[in-house]
Amino acid sequence: MPEINSQVRQTWAPWNQPDKKPFVRIENLSKTFDDIVVINNISLTIYEGEFFSLLGPSGCGKTTLLRMLAGFETPDAGRIVIDGEDMSNVPPYRRPINMMFQSYALFPHLSVEQNIAFGLKQDRMAKADIQARVEQMLALVKLQGFGKRKPEQLSGGQKQRVALARSLAKNPKLLLLDEPLGALDKKLREETRFELMTIQENLGVTFIIVTHDQEEAMTVSSRVAVMEQGQLAQVATPADIYEYPNSRHVAEFIGAINLFAAQLETVETDRATFRVAGIDLPICTGRSVNAAVGETLWIGIRPEKMRISRTAPEKTGENMLTGEVWDIAYLGNLSVFVVRLDNGKMVRVQWTNRTRSPEADISWNDRVYVSWAADAAMAMRH
Amino acid sequence: MNKSFSTFNVVSLIIGYAFLYIPILLLVIYSFNESRLVTVWSGFSSKWYGELWQNEELLDAAKVTLQVGLVASTLATILGTIAGVVLTRFGNFTGRILFNGMIYAPLVMPEVIVGLSLLLMFITISVDRGYWTVTLAHTTFSMCYVAVVIQSRLSSFDRSIEEAAMDLGCPPLKTFFLITLPVIMPAVVSAWLLSFTLSLDDLVISSFATGPGATTLPMKIFSQMRLGVTPQINAVSTILIGLVATGVTISSVIRKRQEVRKL
Repeated sequence: MPEINSQVRQTWAPWNQPDKKPFVRIENLSKTFDDIVVINNISLTIYEGEFFSLLGPSGCGKTTLLRMLAGFETPDAGRIVIDGEDMSNVPPYRRPINMMFQSYALFPHLSVEQNIAFGLKQDRMAKADIQARVEQMLALVKLQGFGKRKPEQLSGGQKQRVALARSLAKNPKLLLLDEPLGALDKKLREETRFELMTIQENLGVTFIIVTHDQEEAMTVSSRVAVMEQGQLAQVATPADIYEYPNSRHVAEFIGAINLFAAQLETVETDRATFRVAGIDLPICTGRSVNAAVGETLWIGIRPEKMRISRTAPEKTGENMLTGEVWDIAYLGNLSVFVVRLDNGKMVRVQWTNRTRSPEADISWNDRVYVSWAADAAMAMRH
Repeated sequence: MNKSFSTFNVVSLIIGYAFLYIPILLLVIYSFNESRLVTVWSGFSSKWYGELWQNEELLDAAKVTLQVGLVASTLATILGTIAGVVLTRFGNFTGRILFNGMIYAPLVMPEVIVGLSLLLMFITISVDRGYWTVTLAHTTFSMCYVAVVIQSRLSSFDRSIEEAAMDLGCPPLKTFFLITLPVIMPAVVSAWLLSFTLSLDDLVISSFATGPGATTLPMKIFSQMRLGVTPQINAVSTILIGLVATGVTISSVIRKRQEVRKL
């Protein structure tokens, strides 16, 4: 499809610079468990300093991929190269990588200090240096004074911090995080996200995070890899993934979207028009598409890019559909209208509640116009 | 859960416990009997305990029992722990099912068969039977119990902490000693106590495996029974009951505590 690669302006994007050497190179990686293909021929490059997310539903292979990076699973085919070194025959305890486990995996019989110092002791670091480093890590995760406690005396959020401190203590070149915020409650999770970002930026360590929470991936990442059944559906920046998904699956997985199966009618250099069954007016996209006239493509429009009104919009050149309000969900900061279009299809339209009185003044069963700018629609082949 | 007990339940409970424990209680009470006759009560006395200390034969037997118990349960704990680790950590290696079966088999095998086969083996390889053959025999059967206890502990063990240790640069064997072993230590101690108790009161297998100069306490008691019960036997049995009860109690308390901690 035409809509690929950085459509959104980037300030820092090593993945677009051909002279940059990737830090992690995954080449044709495959893994099968009991005849089930978990990782299917994945190739991926990750650059130094990135905060990279592996995003996907459970069972898509993202955790397996992370465990192969850490060395806990051996690939059936392909190889992993980290910082120019082939990791194929390197056991987990010799890799320049540390991992933060989903369950935190704190050593229950050791104190917080001893947990953080564990990796440093393995490196035979001098006692005084270990002490200093432990203090430094405790300060980093704001747990000064908790050093003597046992893991069982900590709250979930504190355990999460200790796990983070322990995995960062050895100053790894690459940190793997398996659902690091999964066990925290919503509020704490949102706060911790930003802290994680700050720590990552300050230390400059490359982070690879596994998550099934799309909001988390969008917030923290430099790039996101959307995984689907052991394959990479799309690898791009959060904004590109959201605004320029390369397939229906990606578009639906990240955020909400209204999809239409549409037949390509005309193609021009800066626009394309489509015909949707049961809808009189054509739908147009604000850019050309690389497809033949008559082909059926998928048109997607995000709910927040649609407008809803009781009177016909004045702007010309907009896409416009008519329908009836089927359902309204009031969420406080916004309202979601479910509109039943004249051809029977349901679409979701999001309305931001900018004032305290219901500006939209739209109620159930009202006849409404749903409109959007031409460049708000995206065309996808799959 | 909070259903109150019916009369029927209470009565059957009392009868059941009475059947089990009244003989033991009687044995303990009569160990404090003044009279030489075990069935006639003639006043309280602890003289049989005193006489026990004069009885060289019984003391020797007790010493043998304790030595065998200590060595056998330590060996059994080491071997059983290794077996438990192998069964839970090494995946589906060839012969795993066979090995698993062979670990469990002695638990259900009649003691007479175990004893007899050990005896036949000792004769075949012509070793002198005595202290070491008894110790070996005890190690063999208590090892199975240890393996079962360790295996059940390890199957509920969060493997990610072992992985975390390796991830932090700790090789597998070191990880076992630094992480796995300390965490499962309560189970190991409780397994040791269990095998010590088993070794302490074993009669059948010891009788087959023993030789001159290695008479264990249960064997001694049993042989003296044929000459008639003396209150000394009651006294020594009371001490044995005390030891076994303590061992079992400590072992179960340790396991309970561990379960509570896991919650």
